[in-house]
Amino acid sequence: MSASGHGEWSLVSNAHAAPAQRTSPIGIHCMLSVSDLSCVRGDQTLFSGVNFDLNAGQWLHLEGGNGSGKTSLLRIVSGFTPPAQGQVRWRGQPLAQTAEAFHAELLYLGHALALKEELSALENLQADAAIAGRSFERSQAVSALQRLGLRGRTRLPVRVLSQGQKRRVALARLFLQSAPLWVLDEPFVALDAQAQDLVAQAISEHVSQGGMALLTSHQPLLLRGLGASLRLGA
Amino acid sequence: MNSFVAVVQRDLRLAMRRKSEVLTALFFFVVVASLFPLGIGPEPGVLRKIAPGILWVGALLASLLSLGRLFSADFQDGTLEQMALSSTPLPVLVGAKILAHWLLSGLPLALLAPLLAVQFDLDGGAMQALVLTLLVGTPLLSLIGAVGAALTLGVRGGEVLLSLLVLPLYIPALVFGAGAVEAQVSGIGYAAHVSILMAMLVMAAFFGPWMCAAALRVSLE
Amino acid sequence: MLKIFHWAAPQTFYPLAGKLWRPFAVLAAVLALVALYLGFFVAPTDFQQGEGYRIIFVHVPASWMSMVIYLAMAFWAFLGFTFNTRISGMMTQALAPTGALFTFLSLWTGALWGKPMWGTWWVWDARLTSELILFFLYMGYIALTSAIDDPRRADKAGGLLALVGAVNVPIIYFSVTWWNTLHQGASVSVTKGSSMAQTMLWAMLLMALAFWAYTIAMALYRVRSIILERERHTRWAQELAA
Repeated sequence: MSASGHGEWSLVSNAHAAPAQRTSPIGIHCMLSVSDLSCVRGDQTLFSGVNFDLNAGQWLHLEGGNGSGKTSLLRIVSGFTPPAQGQVRWRGQPLAQTAEAFHAELLYLGHALALKEELSALENLQADAAIAGRSFERSQAVSALQRLGLRGRTRLPVRVLSQGQKRRVALARLFLQSAPLWVLDEPFVALDAQAQDLVAQAISEHVSQGGMALLTSHQPLLLRGLGASLRLGA
Repeated sequence: MNSFVAVVQRDLRLAMRRKSEVLTALFFFVVVASLFPLGIGPEPGVLRKIAPGILWVGALLASLLSLGRLFSADFQDGTLEQMALSSTPLPVLVGAKILAHWLLSGLPLALLAPLLAVQFDLDGGAMQALVLTLLVGTPLLSLIGAVGAALTLGVRGGEVLLSLLVLPLYIPALVFGAGAVEAQVSGIGYAAHVSILMAMLVMAAFFGPWMCAAALRVSLE
Repeated sequence: MLKIFHWAAPQTFYPLAGKLWRPFAVLAAVLALVALYLGFFVAPTDFQQGEGYRIIFVHVPASWMSMVIYLAMAFWAFLGFTFNTRISGMMTQALAPTGALFTFLSLWTGALWGKPMWGTWWVWDARLTSELILFFLYMGYIALTSAIDDPRRADKAGGLLALVGAVNVPIIYFSVTWWNTLHQGASVSVTKGSSMAQTMLWAMLLMALAFWAYTIAMALYRVRSIILERERHTRWAQELAA
């Protein structure tokens, strides 16, 4: 199902669907709530009056042309940028008050891959997990990388990998964390059809198990389950 | 603690695989220290007098040179954002980065200084004072400089701006650092100067990472 | 308490600043004239330094103001971080150029005094050296806030810098004083050697008040243009321009 905004970019949302009936392993009533959000970059108001709710078992796809503020919205939701107006709530509490708890339940993958070129894929994931304060099983990382088709490339420095391969290393994080909320900025860029399917499957699985996903993508989405679409910009 | 160690480990590993950056700053120190005798004249009496100041200024400038790199790489490749999302408080991770930075730039400078002091004919006691003040002073410089580096992240003309912001704040360290060596040479002893340097270091170690994290969050907006 | 926040909105602060800056400017002019009259005509000739010492009536108040303004900037920055008000950042930015001006004036009058007195344009005494470093701090703040495009980010980054600077100013002054007393060379001081007669103190005080009134007037005047520029997309600002 999809919905789009008109005029003041407010979402006529029908993502207020009932939360999944069964108890999810991640937790019931996970809720991301965005109200009256607006973003100003320099002179321009990128968007204003954005509202949506995201509950467990749902995904939301942000659409819009280049420069319509999709990345800015993701960064506001993730807590990096304060909004010019409006509020983001996690589990009913404003982000400013619950930042630490929120970050523990957030997996954010932005445009930049957050990989160190001189380190290998394995070393990158290892350091990433340790720095984020998560426990790390080497075998899990190896199997995640293999699942993404990087068998035999896990020990090479990332700088020798192709763009698509690098993105797959970054996406391996999806399989190594158990955060309920996934915020993904253009996750399918530079991936071939097979890898795109894999990632779409991972997202669908995550959502069906009670997780949530908020993502942008220029490509048509092939996600299953309860989802909505929000269009920013004209 | 795990995250702290992981950050230090990662930065050290990265530096080892790209040694040229670390070595460049050290060579800069050597070159700058050698420039002054060439500009002033080789008379030993004069050189002995100006040595503490020159060596300290050289170390200061070399330290400044490497500050630009402290956060900029992490900022550009997205790892800084991930650090901001970690469950470990950002000031702790920032402290780890500053420690790694010191291990790679400040510590080698302090260890290299005696070699350069020989060029200026400093005696043993003065050399001792020089190394000690640099060992205490270079972490102080890293801590102060880190705040400047965080504020100028991603800003146009950031490197030069960084120098303008940070050099005035370096002056107390310079005064007491070079002053300690001079005090040693003139027989007063460096104890008072070094104690003050240590007090400044403790203060900077408490407040620096915290202010630095605040500045990083502003730059990430 | 809540009423104060009413004035913190740029929309309400703008007309308030508009009403206040002119009276302060007039006050500044009046006080300055009185102070100059006292300083240049009424105060007695100094026994040791002759007529040239009179520049102290500009130099000392300028030094005072340069430090007071920096503290004011740090204060506004602190308010801005505590209450997250936009006007705080604007006030800090509005104060900076005036602060830099007074620092420059202090350095310049210091040099003008030094030349006839001791034959050199510059003297590395603790006060003048600290003023020079303060000048660098001001320049750093202005450079940083000009280099950042996004105004809110510029406010926050500048605010942090102002706070860090404010904490460091006493440390810098302490270390420069230490440095100066240890190196016996510069034993002349810009303010040493003149016992203050009553009229001299009055003249300096009045001049300081004049500078203070001028600072408030300039800051309020400047903050109005900053407000207009930042709020130019709002309806009230566009109505004003029309």
